[in-house]
Amino acid sequence: MSGAHDEHGHHHREPESVLSLRVRALESLLVEKKLVSSEAVDRIVSAYEQDIGPHNGAKVVARAWVDPAYKQRLLTDGTAAIEELGFGGVDLQVVENKPGVHNLVVCTLCSCYPHALIGLPPVWYKSFEYRSRAVREPREVLREFGVDLPESVEIRIWDSSAELRYLVLPERPAGTEGLSEAQLAELVTRDAMIGVALTRPPASAAR
Amino acid sequence: MNGIHDMGGMHGFGRVDREENEPVFHAAWESRVLGLSRACSAQHLFNIDESRHAIERMAPVDYLGSSYYERWLDRTVRLLVEKGVITREELERRMAQLASGNDPAPPHRDPKLVDRMLRATKERTPYRQPGPPPRFAMGVRVLTRSDAPVGHTRLPRYARGKHGVIDCVHGSFIFPDTNAHGQGEQPHTLYSVRFDAAELWGASAEPCAPVHLDLWERYLDPLAAAPGRSTS
Repeated sequence: MSGAHDEHGHHHREPESVLSLRVRALESLLVEKKLVSSEAVDRIVSAYEQDIGPHNGAKVVARAWVDPAYKQRLLTDGTAAIEELGFGGVDLQVVENKPGVHNLVVCTLCSCYPHALIGLPPVWYKSFEYRSRAVREPREVLREFGVDLPESVEIRIWDSSAELRYLVLPERPAGTEGLSEAQLAELVTRDAMIGVALTRPPASAAR
Repeated sequence: MNGIHDMGGMHGFGRVDREENEPVFHAAWESRVLGLSRACSAQHLFNIDESRHAIERMAPVDYLGSSYYERWLDRTVRLLVEKGVITREELERRMAQLASGNDPAPPHRDPKLVDRMLRATKERTPYRQPGPPPRFAMGVRVLTRSDAPVGHTRLPRYARGKHGVIDCVHGSFIFPDTNAHGQGEQPHTLYSVRFDAAELWGASAEPCAPVHLDLWERYLDPLAAAPGRSTS
């Protein structure tokens, strides 16, 4: 087994050219057997590249921030509440950050993630490092992400071991009273909805 | 199974590396693997539990040596071969044909498949199915099984033989431990169970960091009235 690292830190057992050829061969066989169409692959790839991403989840969070009744519905039945905004494809549990409580989502057994609301997971979420450590030393992992929480704050870890997906409802930052729902949505990052970042007011918003 | 995939709590992997402005895919082949895999699911060539278990069955050294989409590719080929959809020889032959510039597959269109795949990203998932009423109520203390099944399970090692509290009764869901092995969906109650960090990690636990797992009723026993006695 010869391995090589590429610039993204991925370890490949085979050269990219062989991997790529094997994937093309698999697609060709499945197309020949009329099980798959290349258009179907194109369309789902394009959906994940263009339509499905953290901006979807950000709309849900912003609505919860401006509409207390919606927030209550979202926390009680996340699946039904996101359907109100036209989202689905996920059986959703929303967990709320509040004073004294911070939530963190992981999948130690594979890489379960609420695709429909925040897109495909970043490499770090799928990494052995995050999967092994988030349940055992969440405070240390969060510090590496720049989030240093006092011990008085309970960190609730959600290990996604079934067909439910978890989305963190971040706290609405102070000083955002005058912002519209759309402006608020722009403050909500993917990382905040996983629980590895806090949501910051516009002046210091980053990432 | 006590596989390499069951990573919760392991030491030795180091810091979590992040990539700024990470693209959705790092290579075109990764996106094709994702799309092909979704298409195979939409065609019911394998279910999600079979698909997770196929990754778990990779040799540990291969699992650790592969990137995420390499594991997906390995899984997809493994299952399609096992189910008789393709053969490894056929795949090798097709690679050779493509390498010499010849793709013998005639174009194929399937608008219904496209619709089904796109709808699946927006509709309710099919994993909730009716089952028997729940045995445990919120707030009840439970003990997780300490079995080490050879097949697929979603009870990770770090949470076996541990005391927890029912935090939420989610309803009835398809049971992965049977659905991964052609033994039927056997839906029954799924719970969110909360474990104190000290119960899982002892003296090395961080303060105030409880872990919640979604666990099926068959992973759980009621807390025995007399310590050390099983009530199952």
